[in-house]
Amino acid sequence: MLVKSPMQENRAEADDIKAIVEQFQGLPGALLPLLHAVQSRQGYVAPEWVPAIADGLNLSRAEVHGVISFYPDFHSQPRGQHVVQVCRAEACQAMGSRKLEAHAKKVLAVDYGETTLDGEFTLEPVYCLGNCACSPSIRVDNRIIGQVDAALFDQVIADVDKIESSTVSSSTAESFSYQFYLSRDTSALAVDAEAVAERLQASAIESDLEVNLVRTGSRGLFYLEPLLEVDINQKRIGFGPVTAADIDSIVSALATDPSIHPLYLGLVDELDYLSQQQRITFARAGLGDPVCLDNYQNLAGFDGLRKALLMTQQEIVDQIKQSGLRGRGGAAFPAGIKLQTVLDTTSEQKFVVCNADEGDSGTFADRLLMEADPYQLIEGMIIAGLAVDASQGYIYLRSEYPVAHQMLNAAIQRALEAGFLGRNILGSSKDFHLEVRLGAGAYICGEETAMLDSLEGKRGIVRVKPPLPAIQGLFEQPTVVNNVLTLAAMSSILQSGGDAYQSMGSGRSRGTLVVQLAGNVKRGGLVEVPFGLTLRELVETYGQGCASGRAMRAIQVGGPLGAFLPESQWDTPLDYEAFTEIDAMIGHGGVVVFDDTVDMAAQARFSMEFCAVESCGKCTPCRIGSTRGLEVIDRITSDQERQENIMVLQDLCDTMEAGSLCAMGGMTPFPVRSAINYFPEDFSGELA
Amino acid sequence: MLNFYQPQPDQGTPEKLIGKQVTLQIDGVEVTVTEGTSVMRAASQISVKIPRLCATEQLESFGSCRVCLVEIQGRKGFPASCTTPVEAGMRVRTQSDQLAKLRRNVMELYISDHPLDCLTCPTNGDCELQDTAGELGLREVRYGYSGANHLDVDKDTTNPYFTFDASKCIVCSRCVRACEEVQGTFALTVDGRGFDSVISAGQGEDFMSSECVSCGACVDACPTATLTEKKIIELGKPEHSVVTTCAYCGVGCSFQAEMKGDQVVRMTPHKQGKANQGHACVKGRFAFGYVTHKDRITRPMIRNSIAEEWTTVSWDEAVQFAAQRFKEIQASYGKNSIGAISSSRCTNEEVYLVQKMVRTGFGNNNIDTCARVCHSPTGFGLKTTLGESAGTQTFASVDAADVVIVMGANPTDAHPVFASRLKRRLRAGAKLIVIDPRKIELVSSPHIKAEFHLPVRPGTNVTVLNALAHVIVSEERHSEDYITERSDLDAFEKWRNFILDEKHSPENTAEITGIDAAELREAARLYAEAANAAIFYGLGVTEHSQGSTAVMAIANLAMLTGNLGRDGVGVNPLRGQNNVQGSCDMGSFPHELPGYRHISDSQTRQLFEDEWKVSLDSEPGLRIPNMFDAALDGDFKGLYCQGEDIAQSDPNTQHVEAALTALECLVVQDIFLNETAKFAHVFLPGATFLEKEGTFTNAERRISRVRKAIAPLSGKADWQATMTFANALGCNMSYQHPSEIMAEIARLTPTFTGVSYEKLDRLGSIQWPCNAAAPEGTPIMHVDEFVRGKGFFALTEYIPTDERANRKFPLLLTTGRILSQYNVGAQTRRTDNSQWHPEDIVEIHPHDAEERGISQGDWIGIQSRVGQTVLHAEVTERVTPGVIYTTFHHPVSGANVITTENSDWATNCPEYKVTAVQVSKVSQPSSWQKRQKSYHDEQLQLLEKALQ
Repeated sequence: MLVKSPMQENRAEADDIKAIVEQFQGLPGALLPLLHAVQSRQGYVAPEWVPAIADGLNLSRAEVHGVISFYPDFHSQPRGQHVVQVCRAEACQAMGSRKLEAHAKKVLAVDYGETTLDGEFTLEPVYCLGNCACSPSIRVDNRIIGQVDAALFDQVIADVDKIESSTVSSSTAESFSYQFYLSRDTSALAVDAEAVAERLQASAIESDLEVNLVRTGSRGLFYLEPLLEVDINQKRIGFGPVTAADIDSIVSALATDPSIHPLYLGLVDELDYLSQQQRITFARAGLGDPVCLDNYQNLAGFDGLRKALLMTQQEIVDQIKQSGLRGRGGAAFPAGIKLQTVLDTTSEQKFVVCNADEGDSGTFADRLLMEADPYQLIEGMIIAGLAVDASQGYIYLRSEYPVAHQMLNAAIQRALEAGFLGRNILGSSKDFHLEVRLGAGAYICGEETAMLDSLEGKRGIVRVKPPLPAIQGLFEQPTVVNNVLTLAAMSSILQSGGDAYQSMGSGRSRGTLVVQLAGNVKRGGLVEVPFGLTLRELVETYGQGCASGRAMRAIQVGGPLGAFLPESQWDTPLDYEAFTEIDAMIGHGGVVVFDDTVDMAAQARFSMEFCAVESCGKCTPCRIGSTRGLEVIDRITSDQERQENIMVLQDLCDTMEAGSLCAMGGMTPFPVRSAINYFPEDFSGELA
Repeated sequence: MLNFYQPQPDQGTPEKLIGKQVTLQIDGVEVTVTEGTSVMRAASQISVKIPRLCATEQLESFGSCRVCLVEIQGRKGFPASCTTPVEAGMRVRTQSDQLAKLRRNVMELYISDHPLDCLTCPTNGDCELQDTAGELGLREVRYGYSGANHLDVDKDTTNPYFTFDASKCIVCSRCVRACEEVQGTFALTVDGRGFDSVISAGQGEDFMSSECVSCGACVDACPTATLTEKKIIELGKPEHSVVTTCAYCGVGCSFQAEMKGDQVVRMTPHKQGKANQGHACVKGRFAFGYVTHKDRITRPMIRNSIAEEWTTVSWDEAVQFAAQRFKEIQASYGKNSIGAISSSRCTNEEVYLVQKMVRTGFGNNNIDTCARVCHSPTGFGLKTTLGESAGTQTFASVDAADVVIVMGANPTDAHPVFASRLKRRLRAGAKLIVIDPRKIELVSSPHIKAEFHLPVRPGTNVTVLNALAHVIVSEERHSEDYITERSDLDAFEKWRNFILDEKHSPENTAEITGIDAAELREAARLYAEAANAAIFYGLGVTEHSQGSTAVMAIANLAMLTGNLGRDGVGVNPLRGQNNVQGSCDMGSFPHELPGYRHISDSQTRQLFEDEWKVSLDSEPGLRIPNMFDAALDGDFKGLYCQGEDIAQSDPNTQHVEAALTALECLVVQDIFLNETAKFAHVFLPGATFLEKEGTFTNAERRISRVRKAIAPLSGKADWQATMTFANALGCNMSYQHPSEIMAEIARLTPTFTGVSYEKLDRLGSIQWPCNAAAPEGTPIMHVDEFVRGKGFFALTEYIPTDERANRKFPLLLTTGRILSQYNVGAQTRRTDNSQWHPEDIVEIHPHDAEERGISQGDWIGIQSRVGQTVLHAEVTERVTPGVIYTTFHHPVSGANVITTENSDWATNCPEYKVTAVQVSKVSQPSSWQKRQKSYHDEQLQLLEKALQ
């Protein structure tokens, strides 16, 4: 066997780094993509490679070092053969992730950030994998696994070398007698849809059955995943949740009477969870192969774009204004006004940036859309580009979404080949280039200005406003920055007109509301309804109570910066203004349910801890305040000058809220204060 | 201008100069400011100080500390006043109970992670954190001190001038931002994030191993004791300060010398200084320790021969001794057998006195200045083409340039403060063309990438410039209208025919210059098409046998494209020493009286004769190289050399040494026993810039005051020493103060008539011409017409140097400067700057090295036609194959032992930049180096008794 000497290895590595650097030279904001490339080739970014990287990109060593040290995804040291990440976010906590992380540490005999002695595993925390309706979740290398308990964890660890990360495949075979549909989105895969698919294929061969399996995106009924659908007389009936072991019996049932099967769900479209929804943005989700262009176009895809191409820029912007669409990332800023600002700002180069850094615990709508209907986002971005005369778009995607990454890249490639993207879109002489850029594990990069810095290849530090990104955004140019759902909605608005969209909703909240039901809930999934449904209706009608069968105690709405709502507030209607009135927010629509075993002091502590972990470190209230908050809560719960410290904590919350630069520090007080105010008994020491 | 020490005023955010006026109300008081101004700065205009920690007017606002929050009517929450621009009608409240509580709570968070050692802290009393905590009335830290903190972090003391104590850091990023925005080095970053954010030099290294260039901008920016000058730690806070001008390079930075009694505690760049606007470099800010170095000689000395011991004598005895010898020499060898060399490091007034003494006391014109060996071609070339021997712009003008050519200059090393300004402009989008044999830092460095680097073969500048002009004219990219209006059209027609000759095309010159023809064409187009294009050049243009031709070719390019006479354009020589421009202005040339007026011009002569009450010789005197030749011929026997180390700095050292040895009386006036003084008979102790009053004129013609911070160690400033000597020669000078000398200069020099110390004090500095037409000076020259009337396109035929590479001497040696050292190193070598550059090394391309079996660090012998020296090798791709490069900061290096006496055809400026050499691996120093060492040791021994 040829053994390389250390020196040869060094030279080979150096050559490799050099080649990677050359590949990325000249790319705007190249540092993050370059570091991802180095990291994925070598497993880490050694300090001795930094000078070559810095030199190649005309950066200083200090800058490269600063960026590496900012993002959890980048490592200066080699890690284990496999990286095991345990999700610590709220939706997973609601389903017992604290126990799971303790188990993981015990089994692997390491703490977070450490590698097992044999070099096999590195254990890391992660904050949300977007699989919140099938929690608790872990990620092993590139595979996300849901509903993990101790036993499943041990099995995953034991079988780790058998795991292969899947790639985009749409296996449409020739002529078979059964047409099956099975999602290959993150959540379905996380509950082993792959095994179901394999078994289905195997079963087909064994029983000489003709099977055509289309891998779709999910319909968002995650409590039913893996949801196997079969086309019977042009209607889709469902079975779920299905395991590989159920396949043979399902196949037999199909030959006789499917309805006798215990997992038989009937017509999928008629499932109450789906039929009560009003799906606009998610109308196509789960229906077909997400990257099949024909499929998209058969379902009115690119109709909005075709209309937009015939309109003036102002006409497009007017349609969006008319629709009343507001940003779906959390801030609910009118999308049309933002487009107008960018349109009115003169510049040779403008950008459209999609914020796909969906970091809030309990949210997965963006992921679902990107995995189930990526063309809708692409179309929306092209329309936004046309509206403001931006020829370049970026999708800033969190790295915790590997499946969405594959899906988007496949879709972009096909759209490019078919002339919807790139130069001269559909012969219109308009250009729009689109590129996916991966984040690197920093929650703060979901904040739009930190995201812009990150896209520029810098540390994801929050910028001050003004200047607004619409005037001086990416690379200091006018930039449309919107969330995935907001941009996607632009395609349907252009397709059916702003008025149609405007006709739905309540108050100033127009269109539909997308909520994600997660945590300790019986029926977790995605719900798209008109604004106005109350929280109680949502968790009771759709969620049907806690998965644990216990009573619901607290509901956190709006991600880790959202308030914990006690039962007395569950009748609040789900619209932006109504939530603001009760010091809460809908944000990106994440709804995480906790049962009565939840320790609200621990949740308050976690909220501060999350802020301490994810703070960019720029402004003082967030940088120092979150760490002090954690310490004060520990003093409270350990009964040290409890009353005084509760006062200090309230004071600190005021300071963070009024003094922080962005919502991270400014809103961390919301969950903390709501926990103290609505669940004071958990801080009294009496429960302990 | 002696002031009690206080930190320079700071309005928190940068000044906005352009925009309409906006009126708002702050705390009920109306204030009107330019739009874009921050609420914080607007408040400071009405003396309302909003507390702040992360804001400083030197940096763009950042908004991180959150203590400057205010209330604005109609707005939610508490906007930060540093990042909120004013709006008309805005009503701002800077104090309220809520704000007080909020700010105090933020301060409480800071202090919960800060040592409580104010009383023993080096910046006690000069600390923004301490002041702000006081202003906000913080009385307790309710979090206690047992929580997470950074108090145990180790101090980094590696930098010789300042320490980094991270335990005191508040992570305001002012240092990081100063390094980026002000200096442009990007050596600092924040490491980690959240509570773990810490400031890091380089990749988490110590400062000395990082990319830090020790400009000190971070130290200046730091609001706490985290980055602190070691001198402050050692001596404490200064108590008074004096505003003066740096004595290093031609940028002419203004400094506040901060003092404690007669000790300089630190040098802080002066924000009002127009050349530097509050920025400095490692030399100006930190390298002032030479002033009190033990090697300073502070008493006059004499000896009969250079083999004798020195004897310390009184000033009177020394000047009498010198004067008598000079008179005897003139009696024996004639009037022209003595002469003087003035110094570009001395003040205008001192240079003026030396030339006056020569013309009136020596009775001849044998006065030359060290500008002879650096920028004399600039004087000649610009005078010929444009009519004035000076750069055309202010440094600030580069802010308006769209394309910049840097030719034969290395600003990041030699003119660092200007380089920072240029880099800022380049980061903002201006394009750069570098014409230099070496890949200088500006070619590629953090956030800087030259659009074109034309790696010219040494000695072929004129060819490159002609080729650029050829492209512009042949492709009709020149500014026809401008040329028609502004230039001598006959000359232009002749020149056009000359330049259109195909021999000048990039394709036909590529073989001579080594520059890719297509690249050169593109570069020419970029320059020609720019709205505003500026050229900055240095000694890499002038120090050639065609130096004057190259300067004229540069002026031609600028005229050709209409790039003269407004902001953002121009022809800008980067002067090497602090007062090169001034020493030239002051008439210290053998053919020119002050203001560049020829000595043969009887009208001018008459003016001076009337003032000086003597008759002047109308014949030009000897230039420096002529003096050496004449000394060797036996016709020149006495030399007064002020503040100039010709034995180290002039080419062909062995020739210079022989000339000096041949003198019968060499009078050296210097602060150290420099290489030249080792051949002297009379030593007059010089004074440093901190010890005297006067003025320096920088590369942008800016006259700035030099003010005395400490008393002259020798008892006399240089102007007083010269005056004493002159009077011993019978000159009868009686100036009480340099301002009287300036008054005389102003009386006699048309471009200086408006200059006075009173006006300098009032305006801070003045760019000449300053006269009735321009009472406050002239930032930009040639605005409506050229000084000579019509611009003159001079023919710039390329005549190759005799110094050519051949089989025996196949490589070309070129020389340059390094950031930490200055010129011959006399000052900087006597400071900790030597830690960065303890010896001169020679750069050689890997191909050339490999061919000769040379590896990194080897001793290599460099042999030219005139001499040999030995240096350590650095194998690097910074130089192109066929070219080697070194610096000459250390006497022992003998870089000038190998340079030849070839010189510029018009001005005799030596051809330092081109020497044909061969190099080979050797094992020991050269024979000259051995001789130098033993002579040096011998001379130090002869000095010993005098120093006792």
